[in-house]
Amino acid sequence: MTRAVRGGGAVTRAVDVLVVGAGPAGLSAAARLAAAGAGRVEVLEREATAGGVPRHCARPGFGADALGRALTGPAYARRAVREALRAGAAVRTGVSATGWAGPLTLEVTAPTGLERIRAGAVVLATGARERPRSARLVPGTRPAGVLTTGELQRTVARFGPRTEHIGRRAVVVGGDPVARGAVRTLRAAGVDVAAVVTGLPSPAVAFAGVPVLVGAVVTELLGRGRLSGIAVRGGDGRTSVLRCDTVVFTGDWIPDHELVRAHGLPLHPGTRGPVTDQGFRTAEPGVFAVGNLLRGVEPALVAAAEGRAVARAVLERLAGGPWPASGVPVAATAPLRWVTPGLLGPEAATSLLVRPERRLVRPVLTVTQDGAPLRRERLGGTLVPWRSVRLGARWTSGVDLAGGPVTVSAEE
Amino acid sequence: MSVTRTGPLPTGEASEYDVVVVGAGVVGSAIARALARYPLRIALMEAANDVGDGTSKANTAILHTGFDAAPGTLEARLVREGHRLLGAYAREAGIPVEPLGALLVAWDEEQRATLPRLAEKAERNGHRTTRLLGATELAAREPHLGPGALGALEVPGESVICPWTTTLAYATQAVRSGVDLHLNCRVEKVRPGDPYHRLVTRRGVLRTRLLVNACGLHADAFDALVGREDFTVTPRRGQLLVFDKFARDLVRHILLPVPGALGKGVLISPTVYGNVMLGPTAEDLDDKTATGTTAEGLAGLREQGGRILPALLDEEVTAVYAGLRAATGQEDYRIAAHPALRYVTVGGIRSTGLTASLAIAEHVLGLLADCGLDPGPARPLAPVRMPNLGEAFPRPYRDAELIARDPEFGTIVCHCERVTRGEIRAALVSTIPPGGLDGLRRRTRARGGRCQGHHCGAEVRALFEEGPREGRSAGRYGKGAP
Repeated sequence: MTRAVRGGGAVTRAVDVLVVGAGPAGLSAAARLAAAGAGRVEVLEREATAGGVPRHCARPGFGADALGRALTGPAYARRAVREALRAGAAVRTGVSATGWAGPLTLEVTAPTGLERIRAGAVVLATGARERPRSARLVPGTRPAGVLTTGELQRTVARFGPRTEHIGRRAVVVGGDPVARGAVRTLRAAGVDVAAVVTGLPSPAVAFAGVPVLVGAVVTELLGRGRLSGIAVRGGDGRTSVLRCDTVVFTGDWIPDHELVRAHGLPLHPGTRGPVTDQGFRTAEPGVFAVGNLLRGVEPALVAAAEGRAVARAVLERLAGGPWPASGVPVAATAPLRWVTPGLLGPEAATSLLVRPERRLVRPVLTVTQDGAPLRRERLGGTLVPWRSVRLGARWTSGVDLAGGPVTVSAEE
Repeated sequence: MSVTRTGPLPTGEASEYDVVVVGAGVVGSAIARALARYPLRIALMEAANDVGDGTSKANTAILHTGFDAAPGTLEARLVREGHRLLGAYAREAGIPVEPLGALLVAWDEEQRATLPRLAEKAERNGHRTTRLLGATELAAREPHLGPGALGALEVPGESVICPWTTTLAYATQAVRSGVDLHLNCRVEKVRPGDPYHRLVTRRGVLRTRLLVNACGLHADAFDALVGREDFTVTPRRGQLLVFDKFARDLVRHILLPVPGALGKGVLISPTVYGNVMLGPTAEDLDDKTATGTTAEGLAGLREQGGRILPALLDEEVTAVYAGLRAATGQEDYRIAAHPALRYVTVGGIRSTGLTASLAIAEHVLGLLADCGLDPGPARPLAPVRMPNLGEAFPRPYRDAELIARDPEFGTIVCHCERVTRGEIRAALVSTIPPGGLDGLRRRTRARGGRCQGHHCGAEVRALFEEGPREGRSAGRYGKGAP
């Protein structure tokens, strides 16, 4: 049900569910909600094409189709859009939510004009970005040829895999699977990859013949107009210059949390994403958050699962269910970087997602509430800083939802 | 009127000018604009591929009152006049200005003791509205200050301004009023002569009766081309950090340091783009191209900034950059007429040059008359209304009427800065189109936000490379659009 009223230059409209962001999380939320009869479900995508980051990841690793064939990112993205549309959701591209006009009401800019969209529930699924050079405080000049993986992928998508639009000789900064993706993208475009520079003591993945400088940091960008090289301080403390005309800064994700902050919603200090409970509810009644907005990048399949999982709480809300006032706060202590969600409850125990700061070999994890250990268990494998580990429901089953803060800690 | 970036310069009569201004920074552009009021043939020459591409693009973006200038200097007078002139011009030309006022915050007893003396100095410079604030009032005015702020001197009238739009407005108005702008055109030799000096460039030779040196950091080198050695320019590097827009609510005024024995300290200032700036460092260097930032410089800024406004450090940094100020070892401008050479040097224009630019231009007109220029009757300049880059003023993405006229203004391309395709296309067909992506950023803010092109870089680049599309967007942006 849509109604339109003209006023103040903006058209005011009402929908049942407004999803901001048509990536894996937003599209799967919309598909599930539309199929469940949530009414008018509208997805706003600020880019010209829906599908999110997988559109630019031309590799398998995005699940499989009905016949069991591995899906590439673009194929996965197309399927996600198709499923949302087929379920009855409206997916609008080139439409930007720029701020809040009031509770559950977003200011929107579209080529067709300004709108104010009021919704019964808002699902924020705005994703994450890699920190650019400036946010990493890398000193030096400001030449062209300094990219993130995201900009590299979009450049290839926009102009084709051609050196003219990227460069001839590149260095990739980072040591995790995203860095490997950047190396592959560069090589496929005919760009020579001179080195991978990583602060990690050893690379997370193999880089197929590319020299890897470990324990190293970029100390300066060189060149005027165009990048001419980067200065790198190696693990031995010595600084050398790598000649290159392109440098790609990879990983180091930060949630695109602008709408969250514009509303003054509390952020999770470890992730810089919004604090939610286990139903993906933020502090604002009727506003939910899912996907990589919560903590930076997890695989598309994880984000999509969150999109599906949010549907239950959204439907409850649309049916007039009360907004939980609060849950039990959960925090991680070093050497764990973060744990999500930030609040336990109100649902009975569900899982936690935990990310370490550094490599932890068979660590002992402890969940504590009010100083009393609830569960302590040695994990079988190794935790690495570029991958999260999911702690199943058993880890939080003893939590008293009327009790004090919960802490997750680790030791080797 | 023309703008050239490549190819041979005009020859024959078309290469003869009454005045050539060398250097299209904020000062040179202001001088060219002032001259454009007269029936003269004027050229503005610039070595870089855009106007405002040197010191003018990387400064602290403050429209100063001149309250702390050395009383009695030329700089003090021109800053005071320039503040008034540029304030009025900004309203007329659509340059974003926010009159936030400044607070000089004292963090120790010595600094607090200095404040009354600064108030007296301000009074001698003609500023009588300064006021001392105690710790309690200061905390109420700036609730996010770190612990230990003892008091402040309030200086009303100190404002933030868009330095990019200012230079571009001057140059645009000059070109529309008949000035030839030659970019990518470094003057390599000057052959003084009568009635014409010959200016030799790789793109050809221009001839001019009178010559103005507005070469900023290179003013001493240009002086040497005409045989003058009056001063040496020492580049003083200022590194700056720009924080994301979420920091904007942390600070309401321009927070200036109290000058003291331990150096000048750093300022924290909102920008008209809705960000917060921290800096600058002050490092005397030899290299006039050393616009890089350093690890020590950035760490020092963060340390000082964290004491002033602790919460600032939690926010993302959207830009790190460095600019070079033209220090000459004299606490004043070095503006001089050389009548025998029909030549005016405008040197030593320090960080106050943005504020003083319009007053410097009027002053230089007088000096050119001393050198024999008879400008003839003045006429009105072509009007100019610049696209608004300021957050405090309406922007196209929120303008329902503009979007209804052209849906391109409802299509946001750069999401962090909310820059629409309409604005980018308008910049590409403007009087002085950008020469590259950095120039496009200074005209629109595209790629200038928190993601630095992660999301929009490829799309903005595609629009730039596609170039101007005839009949689209130009002129739809409003009357007098550049």
